[in-house]
Parts: sequence; C-alpha cells; structure tokens
Amino acid sequence: METVLSVEDLTLAFGPKVIQQDITFDVRRGSIFAVMGGSGCGKSTLLKSMIGLLRPKTGRYTVDGEDYWAGSDAHRTDLNHRFGVLFQSGALWSSMTVGENVALPMQMFTELDTDAIRRLVELKLGFVGMLPAMDLYPSEISGGMRKRAGLARALALDPDILFFDEPSAGLDPITSARLDDLILNLRDGLGATIVIVSHELSSLFRIADSGIFLDAKTKKPIAHGSPVDLRDHCEDPQVHAFMNRTRDEEEKSP
Amino acid sequence: MSPLPDAHVDIPHWELQNNTGSVTVVLSGTWLARTADIPRFPDDSFLQRRGDSGTLEFNTQAVQSWDTGLIAFIWEVTRAAKDAGLHTSLEQLPAPMRKLMELLPDTIASPAPVAPRPKLLETIGSGSINGLAEIGTVTELTVEVIKNGCLTLVGRGRMRGVDLLNDTVDAGPSALLIVGVVNLLVGAILAFVGASQLQKFAAGIYVAALVGIATVREMAAVMTAIIMAGRTGGAYAARISTMQGNEEIDALRVFGIPVSTYLILPSVLSLTITMPFLYLYGCVIGMFGGFLVATAMLDLTPAGYFHATISAFGVGQFLFGFVKSIVFGAFIGLTSCRIGLKAGRSASDVGIAATRAVVVGIVGVILIDAIFAVVANAVGI
Ligand SMILES: Nc1ncnc2c1ncn2[C@@H]1O[C@H](COP(=O)(O)OP(=O)(O)OP(=O)(O)O)[C@@H](O)[C@H]1O
Ligand SMILES: [Mg+2]
Repeated sequence: METVLSVEDLTLAFGPKVIQQDITFDVRRGSIFAVMGGSGCGKSTLLKSMIGLLRPKTGRYTVDGEDYWAGSDAHRTDLNHRFGVLFQSGALWSSMTVGENVALPMQMFTELDTDAIRRLVELKLGFVGMLPAMDLYPSEISGGMRKRAGLARALALDPDILFFDEPSAGLDPITSARLDDLILNLRDGLGATIVIVSHELSSLFRIADSGIFLDAKTKKPIAHGSPVDLRDHCEDPQVHAFMNRTRDEEEKSP
Repeated sequence: MSPLPDAHVDIPHWELQNNTGSVTVVLSGTWLARTADIPRFPDDSFLQRRGDSGTLEFNTQAVQSWDTGLIAFIWEVTRAAKDAGLHTSLEQLPAPMRKLMELLPDTIASPAPVAPRPKLLETIGSGSINGLAEIGTVTELTVEVIKNGCLTLVGRGRMRGVDLLNDTVDAGPSALLIVGVVNLLVGAILAFVGASQLQKFAAGIYVAALVGIATVREMAAVMTAIIMAGRTGGAYAARISTMQGNEEIDALRVFGIPVSTYLILPSVLSLTITMPFLYLYGCVIGMFGGFLVATAMLDLTPAGYFHATISAFGVGQFLFGFVKSIVFGAFIGLTSCRIGLKAGRSASDVGIAATRAVVVGIVGVILIDAIFAVVANAVGI
C-alpha cells in the first residue's frame, strides 16, 4: 500500500533543548501507526510537529508526497483540514457545549445548514457514546467523557488522517475496548490513516499495524515495527520490558 | 430531487421497496456529507407497516462513495424502524458500514427537561438567601485573612514571601506611571476649572487651596483606587478563576493548603500596603498638576502658590485620605479574590469574573468614599 505520511531524519527541539532526533518512518494509507515510549520521551512533541504546531529543527515531513513544512501557512492550514486531532487533554473549547464543540468546525468549513450539522453532530457523538452529554459544557463532564467528546470533534470534518494522543487514558476498560473498535471501524469504514500515541498495551497489540519506539535517554528511536513484533522479537531490553509488562503478568495468572 | 434521468448517479438517492415480511431501503448515488445534501428520512415512512413485525433491510450496491453522511441517514432509518416496531437487519450492509452502525445507540435520548422558570417570590427569596450567605462568606474570608495576616506578622503564617513580593511589585512600582498620569491630569483639570471661575472674583490664589484640599481629601485616594480596581483587581480575579478552571484550587484544598493564606493574603496585603503610598504619590503629583496650570493661567508666583497650598490643609486631611486608601486597598483585594474564587470553570467565566471584579471594585470604592464623607461630616474632620 502507498505511503501517506513520511518522516525523514526529523529533529525535534524546543529552542536549544533537543527532544528527539533521527526520527524516520512511513505511515501507509489505511494503517494504524503507534508512537510508543516512556513518559516524557517526546511522543506528544512528535505529534505536534506532524500537525503543524511545532516546526522541526531539521528533516523532512511529507503528506501524500507534499512537503508539509516547506509550504506557506495557508497551504499547511489546507492540509490540516484533512487531519483530525485528539489532544492529550481533550482540549475542548470550554465556553461551548459538547455539541457546539463538534459543530464549530463544520460551521466554519462546510456549507451545511444547521439541521444537517445537527444530524452529523448527533452521529459523531453517537459513535463515541456521548449523545446524552451533547448539551453539557466541558466543565460539567468527566475527564474520560472529555476525551470522547474530543474524539467526536476530531471526526467533525470526516478527516482521512487522524492523530490521537493517548485516546484511552482515563477510560474504563470497556469504554476503552469500545474505543479500539471505533478506531478500527473508522480505519476500515472510512479508510482513515491513524497515528496514535498510547501506553495502553492491550489496545496497541489489538489495533496497531506498525510503530516506532522513542527513547528518552538517547533521544532517538530505538525500535521500529508493529507492537506485536516488538513484543515477541525485539532484543532491546528496554523495549522488551515495556512491551511485555502485561504479558508476563497475564502468563503468571491466566 | 433533480429531474435529470441519470441524476441519481451523483446525488444521494433512496427508495423503499415494500415486500411481504420485509422492507428494503435501496440506496444509490454519492453520499458525502461535505459535498451533497443528505436527505432526511421522513419519520412516518414506516407508518403503514406499524404493528406487522417485519424486517428492515438495506441494499447499498449502487452506492458509489460514502462517508459519515450515509451512516447518519441509515441511522435515521433504523431509528424510525425501531419506533415502528420493525426488526432491523444490518446483515446486507458492507462490513465497514456495519461496523460503524454497531457503534451507535439505537435511540437518541430525549433532551433533558428544561427546569421551569422560578416564580417571582422564589427569585426574591433565593436572592435574599444568596445575598446573606455571600455576606457571611465574605466576612468569614475577611476574618480568616486578618487572622492569617496576624499569624504571618508574628512569623507563624505560611504565606510565601515571594508571592507577596511579586504582587507588591505589580501593585506598586508597576502602577506608578498610570497613577501619576491620571492624578496629574485630575489636578490640572481641577486647577483649570477652579481658575476660570475664581478669576472672576479676583480670588485666583484660592485655586491652590481648592486643588490641595480636593486632591488630598478625595481625588488622589479615589482615582488611585479606581485605577487599581481596574488594573490589579481585574487581574487578581482572572488569575484565581483561571486556577479554578485548572483544578489548581481543588489541588490546594486537597493538600489542605489554606486558600486564604496562600492565594488571598498576598493579594490583599500587597494592595493594602501599596495603596497608601500610591495615594501619597498621587497627592504630590495631583498638586503639581494644579500648580502647573495655575501658574500658567494666573498671575501667581510659584512660592506664593506653594505657601497657599501648605496653609490650606492640616495633617488631619492627609490622615483621612491615607486611612481611606488603606480601606480601599483591602476592599479591592478581598472582593476581587472572592469573585475569582466564585467564578465558573470555563474560559468565558474568567472574563466574566474579571469584569465583575472591576465593576464591583469601582462601585464599591465610590460607595465607601460616600460613607467616609458622611462620617467625616458628622465628626467634623
Ligand atoms: N513547551 C515546551 N517547552 C520546553 N520543553 C517542553 C515543552 N513541551 C514539552 N517539553 C519537553 O519535551 C519533552 C517531551 O514532552 P512530551 O510532552 O512530548 O512527552 P510525552 O512523550 O508525550 O510524555 P507523556 O507520555 O507523559 O505524555 C519533555 O521532556 C518535556 O519537558
Ligand atoms: Mg504526551
């Protein structure tokens, strides 16, 4: 399958402080790509550079062959309309209800009338099980609900590339499994390409097709491959320990 | 829909095929939410089938391309079918559509009932209770701040010195420019108005007394307090309500760090400390403004004006303004912190809290000033 997102030799830094370097990977169309690594290693930062919030220090990043960072700001905004982003903290707009949060991008970037927008908002909130909370404000819902509402908002414009920063953190196991279904279904149903940052091993094993493992100490990726491959075949002790934590426990008490 | 014969190739099109025991929704065309008008499925389409427990089926073979627009439509159909007692079968749907459909609930819960509008009497009643409760809370807060302030004075409080320092720098030195400019202009305006009137009676020299007394008794204290209510009071309210939104206040409470010591005391203290000094500074600048205008407009010597100013008021007037400005400072600090603590948790609540702090601060300062005037009149200062 063809490559949609391609990252070559990316260096990420905040001012003089380098966070990660030599990041290289490709994401194929319709696949789910996992970004893994310990807390603080730069996963969210990598995501930021892929959605236009942080210009990488060096390297190339292309979307469907177009150099993302070489173009103008306006061009980047156009490309961003193909993206749906779920932020680590949900990042809902606090002065709008959940429904209005999902509706706003449609109001801004489509010609749809109020009624059509309402139907689509209901649908997208229905996907994530948030319909009953449609008229509540972000301050009135729980942390996990904010995550799900953020996910519904990410789907607002039917994007074909989705970026999820820890979608299942803060969710109960059943909702989390449901979310995995949703992610798989979005991929299968809409042909979406998905980049996901997650610590949730069971969910990674289930949904991700390929991935990269970032290391905080060496500030470099130390492994490439699908989570299942990394779990079963990776020699690196750190990766092995990370990927096998739950497995060891499960084997001890089946 | 368009009358063109092959129009249904591009636009979303659907029809119902009624068979015995089942009804099939046949879909064709392009069902893209962003580009096409997705038709609404009429709620009453299954009306004639109500009661006979048939099956709803879908035929999507002629659908050319689709996205969530199609899913929205199919969902509407299944909800209407459920209302009509039809059994929905998603078997014929292609797997991608079926998987998305399986995520959706089969009904939209009816929106929560709107609370009935309270009656007039209820409004008055709850308003009064809230008002009394608010007075209680503010009093409690004041007592706590004073208590913690005293504890801090004897070295047993737990206020962070650096917070007090930051707040004091912000409320004091950083405000010098704007306080100076405003008081200079107010003094100049007073002198200008006074001079144009008093000149008619050849009493120009009394401009000095007028500017001096007005500045020392009223203007310097009130103008400075109004500036500080807008500048610092609003900022305190915004800061505390932002912390509220980030759950920072909750975190303080859980640790048992008293909000009154940690957050409110530095703010109140800094304003209470800086305000009297700003007042004195405002007096000097205000009288200087009057001096500039008066010596330019009237035939007065600087020394004469200076002398007339000095002999116009005693230390008592200064003390009066000085005490007033301390009260203003404490009032602005307390109310703006209280308003910040009471604010909601969204971004717009921060704006509302800041605005409210400024309004309450300014109105309150003028009210307190009126009370002072009445009291001063009664005791004859
Ligand atoms: N705005 C910033 N300025 C400077 N450094 C930052 C900034 N944001 C993040 N960092 C640093 O970048 C590093 C990586 O942060 P990042 O948020 O990408 O971690 P992460 O891998 O997403 O961690 P987690 O799993 O905990 O979310 C951290 O060391 C952090 O201190
Ligand atoms: Mg992160």
